[in-house]
Amino acid sequence: MEDNKMSEETPQSASRRNFIKGVIAAGAVASSSAYLFRSTTLHGQPSAAGAVERLITLNVNGQDRRIDVMPQDTLAMTLRYKLGLTGTKLGCDRAECGACTVLVDDVPRYSCSVLAHTVRGRKITTIEGLADATTGKLHPVQQGVIDEQGFQCAFCMPGFVMATVGYLKTNPNPTRQELAHGISGNLCRCQDYDKILTAMMRGADNARKG
Amino acid sequence: MANKLIGQNYTTPDLVAKVTGKAKYAEDYRVDGMLFCKLLTSPMPHARVKRLDTSKALAMPGVKAILTADDMPGAAAGATLGENVQSTAQAERGLTNEPLYQGEPILAIAATSELEAAEAVEAIDIEFEALPFVVDPIEALRPGSANARTQGNVWVRPPAPAGGRGASGDAARGRGAAPPSPPPPQVTVWKWTEADFANAKEGELPLGKFSDEWSFGNVDDGLKKADLVLDETFMTQSTGHQPLETRTAMAYWQNGKCYLHGSTQSTVQTVASFARWAGIQPNQVVMISEYTGGGFGSKIPGSIFMAIPALLSKKANAPVMMRITREEEHFIGRARPGVIARVKAGFTKDGRITAIDMYAICDNGPYDAQGDARTAGTTISLAYQPQAMRWRGLTVLTNTPPKVSQRAPGGMQGVGIMEPILSKAARRLGIDQVEIRKINAPSGKAPFGPTLPNGKQAYVTSAFVKEALDKGRELFKWDEKKAAFSGKRQGTKARGIGVAVSPFAGGSIGFDALFIIKPDGRIQIQSGIGNLGTHSLFDVHRIVAEMLDVPWEQCDVVFGNTAKNLPWTCVSAGSQTAHAMTRAAHAASTSAIKKLQEIAAKSRGGNPEAYKVAGGKVSGPGGSMTFAQAAQKAIELGGTYDGHEVPEELNNFTKTSAKALAGQGLMGVAKDTYPRDGQSQSYVVGFAAVEVDTETGAVKVLDYTAIGDVGRILNPRGLKGQLFGGSMLGLGHAMTQRWAYDQHYGLALARRFHHNRPPTILDAPTNFIGDAVDLADPETPTGIRGVGEPPVGAAYGAIMNAIADAIGDDAFKRSPVTADILLTSLENGGKRTHETLTAHI
Ligand code: FES
Ligand code: FES
Repeated sequence: MEDNKMSEETPQSASRRNFIKGVIAAGAVASSSAYLFRSTTLHGQPSAAGAVERLITLNVNGQDRRIDVMPQDTLAMTLRYKLGLTGTKLGCDRAECGACTVLVDDVPRYSCSVLAHTVRGRKITTIEGLADATTGKLHPVQQGVIDEQGFQCAFCMPGFVMATVGYLKTNPNPTRQELAHGISGNLCRCQDYDKILTAMMRGADNARKG
Repeated sequence: MANKLIGQNYTTPDLVAKVTGKAKYAEDYRVDGMLFCKLLTSPMPHARVKRLDTSKALAMPGVKAILTADDMPGAAAGATLGENVQSTAQAERGLTNEPLYQGEPILAIAATSELEAAEAVEAIDIEFEALPFVVDPIEALRPGSANARTQGNVWVRPPAPAGGRGASGDAARGRGAAPPSPPPPQVTVWKWTEADFANAKEGELPLGKFSDEWSFGNVDDGLKKADLVLDETFMTQSTGHQPLETRTAMAYWQNGKCYLHGSTQSTVQTVASFARWAGIQPNQVVMISEYTGGGFGSKIPGSIFMAIPALLSKKANAPVMMRITREEEHFIGRARPGVIARVKAGFTKDGRITAIDMYAICDNGPYDAQGDARTAGTTISLAYQPQAMRWRGLTVLTNTPPKVSQRAPGGMQGVGIMEPILSKAARRLGIDQVEIRKINAPSGKAPFGPTLPNGKQAYVTSAFVKEALDKGRELFKWDEKKAAFSGKRQGTKARGIGVAVSPFAGGSIGFDALFIIKPDGRIQIQSGIGNLGTHSLFDVHRIVAEMLDVPWEQCDVVFGNTAKNLPWTCVSAGSQTAHAMTRAAHAASTSAIKKLQEIAAKSRGGNPEAYKVAGGKVSGPGGSMTFAQAAQKAIELGGTYDGHEVPEELNNFTKTSAKALAGQGLMGVAKDTYPRDGQSQSYVVGFAAVEVDTETGAVKVLDYTAIGDVGRILNPRGLKGQLFGGSMLGLGHAMTQRWAYDQHYGLALARRFHHNRPPTILDAPTNFIGDAVDLADPETPTGIRGVGEPPVGAAYGAIMNAIADAIGDDAFKRSPVTADILLTSLENGGKRTHETLTAHI
């Protein structure tokens, strides 16, 4: 039965706090409202001169990409609409669901709630950048999904996989409970959490075996 | 049937695309010159547009077109809206000048960027006239209260013409048929009297007049002869479906056809509904939906709002992407109707249910009538087999977001309403909880629902609920836990266990399957099933490989695009697919085997029957042929062999597809015409152990076991995943998920995930067991039924029962059972303090 445990007491090593600290440190919690909603003050007015450069370089999946971004553009929208990386999903666009999780310098971040210009010079990894670029060999966590037939509709899957890959960097050998806590900032509406966790644990196992 | 693939685990062919981010959902498509659209939605729960001037917005930079209600076709009567629900002339139209709920779209603007579209929405000059509204269904029945629609507040079905469609419809459906569908309902004004309200005790549903009724047996006698009669009122909540992918859609026109990229629970059936919503012809539609990010009933098939980008695109002469935000999804993304019910149930001292008298109100939202309250009644009649039952119902309109079927529509509510009563009765009578459910369990061709015009009730194809209860009792270790757990307190922790029985529809019949054995020996299977994550899109086609005895790797499944010549297929709803489409696959495989035998006999000599299909070959007295050779020969022979002639009974959709594919190889194509005696129903029994923290009101599900009686197992990992995912949805309804409306202003207070609280991975049961009795359904050649829906009610009921076992039967009369409900009840000696009759609080 030990094997089936999902969640019990909060483990001491919970990395969620670091995750949240990371988001706050980037000063980008509030997100999409400028993009989607009534951003009348921005329209037709020059943004404060010199405050933000529009032509920037982002390092995404090991490549430098030169792009034109508006000051209010989120990393998620930039990845999806400027760089064609649609594997990163938007489930809520407001830091509630984790569907948009990517790694920024190996730390899982909600890309819907990070402004693109704040991650210049940082190493950004998306679901498209996990597999080996030359051989196409899947990342051990991706392979875990294949091994266990994890997920259902899979709209949440890129986020869960990225959150797991990030979590395993701090704790490569987690218990089921620890990993459940580590990825609890990700929501799945098909809710097959049992098999998701099994697949992610298999991924951790694959990674340790190398 | 052999058993090399069925019942075995495998990897679905779409999984690598999903896990590498290559899988394309609706918002992942890009087309040159694509515009973005934003909606202007109603700020009020009920209003009329008094003045609308779009000229200033239209003149803004980047703005290309504006779509208003005047551009929409009339209400699309006849469009499919869910499980057995068809739209009426009072249906929604996608855009409106009389919004009936906050968040209802009024107009849509297409511009070169989303920011420009949003700016233009701000520049719209619009004035609303506020109209009377109501968000609470009981309030809507009070004398003098507001009506949700100008025409009234209740859907009422006119009485069926005497000796009319009921009888003949039943005859056409054959023995064991479901109750005939009554004539379409109409909106009317329907109020209860002050006396009705005054006669009800605190917390009791008043018994005013009800519009709908059915019954079987003599309820009054049953209640009279009972040793114990319980009379309970319970409220199940409305909840949004909240698929993780919102109903985003993108459309463009090319050569007179509309290419629609959307999110749907059926690739092929979306065509006709979408055509109705957009006011175009089905043959003008190409539906592309390779991946759908969940639906749970909210995308059956697709969504009426798909018409907006389609018609905007026509107007602007450019592709239009309509991204739906999470907050917009709360309003337009559909919801499960809450049901408030009062049940009087009679029991003998041995625990047998003598009679059930049920009154149910469906919180319907403003649009088409949903069947949830009615289904709650039929579900109860099946799950607990009362000796007599009467159901009375009212479908009340409210100015809340439109409701449609959500995973186990009505079934979940019925189980949640009845299970606590059964648990209370067992405690009063001193009967074990599992035993009382076995005593009342359906078995064999169990009857359910009203007495039909032929004097009998409908009945099911099979039921092995007692077997499932026995299996669950053992795997869950019920007896051990009962001794160690039940009603026990440990310091501040109260523990309890619960069990529940949950049936739901498990399969339909009469659809088509289509595949081709190609001259290279590969099998190309055409699939019209939506890819919403249940894996049934692939699972059902493994029947073809199984019957033709070829490795699954030799099969290619073509799906997700109606330009690719797909067969007529059921919607993936009502747990139909695994049953309906394995039958169709069985029929088409049978037809292909016959053709292979005939071709072999023609080529090699002898009788067709003397040839056997095995190991990727057809072999017999004259030697053998590979599938590749047979396919080549089929093309030479033409006619039925390569699809130039197809069976007359096929759906026209399939005929068109077969025609396009004819001549490419040996065609396997057929309609499922297999007989079926009874209605296909699946069952899940759930067992829960919970721990309630009496100081914080927090509830933790420690153990949960779900056992299915769902026919033969098709895909073990898929089965367990459906059991777990469905159980989590039930858990969410029992413990966390809710709506909140400001009753005074009719506005939504809870619109996002962190308000509505769908469960997270940390809410999941600590230990989970999912399994099935694996007994074949006798009325389908594959033995397979669906599993998606019954787990929901099982978990909902079992977890509420376990909470009641921990802290008392009278602590709560509504769900979700939240910390505040538990804490206030505990302080009140285990007696409920909360309100029972107001919804959305
Ligand atoms: S889309 Fe970023 S957290 Fe939901
Ligand atoms: S698998 Fe559908 S949302 Fe997670």
